[in-house]
Amino acid sequence: MLDLKNIYKTFNTGTINEKHALNGLNLHLDPGDFVTVIGGNGAGKSTMLNAISGVWPIDSGAIVINGADVTALPEYKRAAYLGRVFQDPMLGTAAQMEIQENLALALRRGKKRTLRWGITGEEREKYHELLKTLDLGLEDRLTTKVGLLSGGQRQALTLLMATLTKPALLLLDEHTAALDPKTAAKVLEISDRIIEEEKLTALMVTHNMRDAIAHGNRLIMLKDGRIILDIGGAEKKSLTVEDLLAKFASVAGEDLDNDRMLLN
Amino acid sequence: MLNIILGAVALGSLWAVMTMGVYITFRLLDIADLSVEGTLVTGAAVGAVHITHGGNPWVATILALFAGLVCGAVTGLLHTKLKIPALLSGILTMIALYSVNLRIMGRANIALLNVPGVFTPLEKLPFMPWLAAHGIMTKNVAILICGVLVCLVVGLFLYWFFGTELGSAIRATGNNQQMVRAQGVNTDTMILLGLMLSNGLVAMSGALIAQNQSYADVQMGTGSIVIGLASVIIGEVLFGTKSFRRTLLSLTLGAITYRIIIALVLKAGMAANDLKLFTAITVAICLALPQIKSWWAKLKGGKK
Repeated sequence: MLDLKNIYKTFNTGTINEKHALNGLNLHLDPGDFVTVIGGNGAGKSTMLNAISGVWPIDSGAIVINGADVTALPEYKRAAYLGRVFQDPMLGTAAQMEIQENLALALRRGKKRTLRWGITGEEREKYHELLKTLDLGLEDRLTTKVGLLSGGQRQALTLLMATLTKPALLLLDEHTAALDPKTAAKVLEISDRIIEEEKLTALMVTHNMRDAIAHGNRLIMLKDGRIILDIGGAEKKSLTVEDLLAKFASVAGEDLDNDRMLLN
Repeated sequence: MLNIILGAVALGSLWAVMTMGVYITFRLLDIADLSVEGTLVTGAAVGAVHITHGGNPWVATILALFAGLVCGAVTGLLHTKLKIPALLSGILTMIALYSVNLRIMGRANIALLNVPGVFTPLEKLPFMPWLAAHGIMTKNVAILICGVLVCLVVGLFLYWFFGTELGSAIRATGNNQQMVRAQGVNTDTMILLGLMLSNGLVAMSGALIAQNQSYADVQMGTGSIVIGLASVIIGEVLFGTKSFRRTLLSLTLGAITYRIIIALVLKAGMAANDLKLFTAITVAICLALPQIKSWWAKLKGGKK
C-alpha cells in the first residue's frame, strides 16, 4: 500500500541551522492500516507526511503508493493518491469560496480541470447529505463562505473534502491540535467514522498519547527522523500510556521529557 | 455639462474592460501585476498599427487581446517558472514592453485620425441625427454603446469562465495555494492562466482607448495600474461584491464613476498635470481605510 524506503531529508544543508529531519526512515503500510504517529517536537512527524505529499523533494530514498513510485512526482500530481488534513484549519480550505465550491474542488481531486461547469445540481444534493453526517448544521449553509466558519467546522469540512474522492492514503497532520478539547474530540470521532466506513488507509500524527493509543490499529513513534517504536495488533489494543513511556525509555535510552505530550 | 458627463461615462465603459483585468490579478490571484502598464500600450500599439495599415478595427481589437495574452504569459513564466517575485516580474515585463511597444509602433505615437474605428459605424445609427439636434455629442453615444456591448460580452465570458472547473481552481489559487495543490491542481498553471487573461483584457481595453482618443502613445500606460486599482476599489465600495455577477457590474460602474470624478475635478479647475497625484492619493486612502478605521476606533475608545 504505502512503502517508504530509506528516506533522508536534510534542511538548511551547510548552514548552522542544518537539520537532519529524516534519517533513513522506513515504513510499510498494509491496506486498511490506521496508524497513529507520535514523537517529540522535531522528531520528524510532519516532515514524514510532507515527504509523502511531495511538499519538497526528498534527498534520497523512495516513496511507493499502491505500487506506483511517486518519488519524482510534484505535489499536485501526488494529490491523486492522497487526502490531506493540516494542523492549521486555514490551510485546508479556500476562505473566500463557498462551502459547496470547496467541496466541488475536492470532488475533482486528481482529475483534469476542464471548462465544464464547476459544480452541478446533482453534486449539491450529495454535499447536502454528506454535510448532514457531520452534524454541524453545515448542510443548510452550502453557499456560505468558508472563511465564516469556526476552526472546528473548517477541519471537519477539510476532512470531508479529503475523503470525498476516496484517497489511497489519508494523511492527518495533527489535525485536532489547533482546536479546543471538545471540538477536537468531535473531529476525531468524525475521522474515526469516515476511516472505518470508507475502509481507508490512514496516517494520523498527534501529540496526544491517549489519542494515539485510543485510535487506529497500529502506533509508531518517531525520534530523530526514524521510527523507534512500532506497535500493532493485540499489543496495541492493550497499550497504556505507562507502557508507552517505559518502552520509549528502553528504546531511546532516555526518559521522555516532552511536556506537550505528557500533559495531555 | 451633459456632454462632459456622457464623455466620462463612455470613456469609463472602455476602461471597465481594463478594470476587470486588474480585478483578476489584484483580487482573484492576490497579485499586484504592474505589467498592465505596458500591456495597455501594447494593445493600443497593435490595434493602431493594424488600423493604420487598413485593417478592420474589430480585428485590431482582437489582435490586441492576443498580444496581451502573450505579455501576461511572459510575466507568468517569470514568476512561476523562474521564481521571480510577482511584483518584480510585472515590473520587468512593463519595462521590457516599453521597448517592444516602440518597436511595434516604429515611433513614439501613432495618430488615428480619419481612419475608421470600432465606433465609426455606430455613429450612423438612425437616432443619431436626432441626438445631435438636441446638442448631444454623437461620438460619445457611439463609444458608450460600444463600451457597454464589450463590457457585457467580457462580463458574461468572465462569469462563465470563473464558474467552470478551471476558473474555480484559479479563484482558489488566489485564496490558498497549499489547498489547491492538495486538490491536485498545478498552481503555477493557474497563475499563468490568470495573468494571461488579465493582460489580454487590459490590452484589448488599450486598443479601444486608443481608438477613442484617436492616437496610441508609448506613454499612455503610465499610472494605468493605479487607475485600475482605483476603479476596482471604488466599484467594490460603492456598488458591493455580494455575488460574482454583482462584482462584475460593480467593476464596470467603478471604472465609470472614476472617470466621472476625474471629469468633475477637471471641470472644477484642477490642473490636468495634477491628476495622477490626485488618483494616487485617492487609492492610497482607499487602501489604508481599514487601518485608518482601526486607528479611529482606538482614538475614540481612548477618549472614553
